[in-house]
Amino acid sequence: MPFPSTAKLIAIQTRYQLVSFWRIPVAVFFTLGLPLVMLVLLNALFGSSTTETAAGSWPTSHFYTTGLAAFTAVSATYTNLANMVPIRRDEGVLKRWRGTPLPTWMYVSGFILSAVVIAFIGVVLMLTLGVVAYGLEIDPAKMPAAFVTFVVGVSTFAALGMALASLVKSASSAAAAANATILPLAFVSNVFIQVDDAPRWIEILGSIFPLKPFVEAFQDCFAPFVEAPAFNWGSLAFIAAWGVLGLVVALRKFTWEPSGSAPRGRRARRAAVDA
Amino acid sequence: MLAIEVSDLRKNYGDVQAVAGVSFDVREGEVYALLGENGAGKSTIVEILEGHRTASSGRVEVLGVEPATAGRDFRNRIGIVLQSSGVESEFTVREVIELYGGCYRQHLDADEVAGLVGLDEKVDARIGSLSGGQRRRVDLALGIVGKPELLFLDEPTTGFDPSARRKSWDLIERLGSAGTTVMLTTHYLDEAERLADRVGVLSRGRLIAEGTPEDLINKVSGTVVSFMLPDSVEPDEAASTFGPVLGVDVRVSGRLVEATIDHPAAAVNRLTSWALEAGVELDSLSVGRASLEDVYLALTEDEGDEQQ
Repeated sequence: MPFPSTAKLIAIQTRYQLVSFWRIPVAVFFTLGLPLVMLVLLNALFGSSTTETAAGSWPTSHFYTTGLAAFTAVSATYTNLANMVPIRRDEGVLKRWRGTPLPTWMYVSGFILSAVVIAFIGVVLMLTLGVVAYGLEIDPAKMPAAFVTFVVGVSTFAALGMALASLVKSASSAAAAANATILPLAFVSNVFIQVDDAPRWIEILGSIFPLKPFVEAFQDCFAPFVEAPAFNWGSLAFIAAWGVLGLVVALRKFTWEPSGSAPRGRRARRAAVDA
Repeated sequence: MLAIEVSDLRKNYGDVQAVAGVSFDVREGEVYALLGENGAGKSTIVEILEGHRTASSGRVEVLGVEPATAGRDFRNRIGIVLQSSGVESEFTVREVIELYGGCYRQHLDADEVAGLVGLDEKVDARIGSLSGGQRRRVDLALGIVGKPELLFLDEPTTGFDPSARRKSWDLIERLGSAGTTVMLTTHYLDEAERLADRVGVLSRGRLIAEGTPEDLINKVSGTVVSFMLPDSVEPDEAASTFGPVLGVDVRVSGRLVEATIDHPAAAVNRLTSWALEAGVELDSLSVGRASLEDVYLALTEDEGDEQQ
């Protein structure tokens, strides 16, 4: 009997991670619910104003819709993976899978593909709400750019999420590290506020990390003052470079076992042997 | 045919030797138990055999391949029940059995596996709602779902109530008699005595004895004399009081005094004479055949002496 085909196994794994996501209410709320709530609140508060950018101006409700759509894609990949992978590692689930004939890369693929699907659902939800409730206009000529930007963005943030999951050893600190990195960054990355007139250091901070380039590139695909096809190749290359960095860290540092199961450090080893 | 061949296996964590030169073989179809206290190196050895850890030195061959570098085919032929590893608690028993089973070349049906491990009634319950013992049976279910030729069981019944233990023993015995090779670790002597064809006794990373439970018990070549310490003798005087009377070293645990004796008739005669003279009763006096526990205690005592 041959093994089930790779495509089938990856499909099963992706489905299993999706089912698992939908069965964890807190994950669904923070990944998909909270950005929607933020969108409704921010638009109720500030949505009727106009956002000025260097290139032109557009309704603030459209700025929020597209910025938060991009942010949802990031939270579905980066935050979600940095949360869930260490939880599965702490539970010993990763170690169990490593003892099965499923190649480990297929397991990881299922995790990442499920995150991409969740990101896609989140972005579509956001944009639909934008069109229906806030009059966001979708220009079909710019959708290829939106799609490519989405793919580059979720790949990068999934790789960075896996990198963080590899660097941080326990599930509780991984969740904290994910939020502590992405939330402050969101404030300087055009998600909640257009940062054109911000102090120089804030602009620099935003431009070092991939969040702002991603959010801007995605917003450009919907902004009326940007001409089709709206591909922002420079930003995409910059974002992808971060993705490669994340991938290298994840590949080098990823661990399958809960921390503490293999004794680290001389004292822990002695304790383990004497126990 | 050998299912497992281990020669001069060593595993160091820094300058600490967790496994200090262990050699043994497990034949195909055999149930082999590694017996030892916590920290003796059992789990380290088993995890090296499973491919979860690499050996520092020595040779390890499992089902004809080197586990550390073996691939998917090797993992298709083994089943692993780790000491502590979780299962996705959001899923039902049936879902996880199907999910994990689905990555083997062949797998058993979920209802069949649930029946084998005694979870028939819980097959549609979420893992999160199960008790600790029931989750351990899920571990066992996931270990056997892929029809393994070789099953690793790392302390499979730790934390079980007596009836669940007996059920698991029945299952392991059935697997063993159906031809599955089983590599078991345990610190329960009765478990090793009941299940294993052969036992390797591990202490401080070394194999200090090996054989069938029968062989090991016969090796102690003795009869165990035990009784409760009379009130007139303090526990710390027990060894100096009864050692000379019985003519061998005695073991004292709590108020229980035990000694393993080659020629019990004379020794018991001296003991009862001593009791009559001293005018004390020897409660629970028993003279019996050694059990694996006695073998184990005798062996690990020798080890301790050598170390000092």
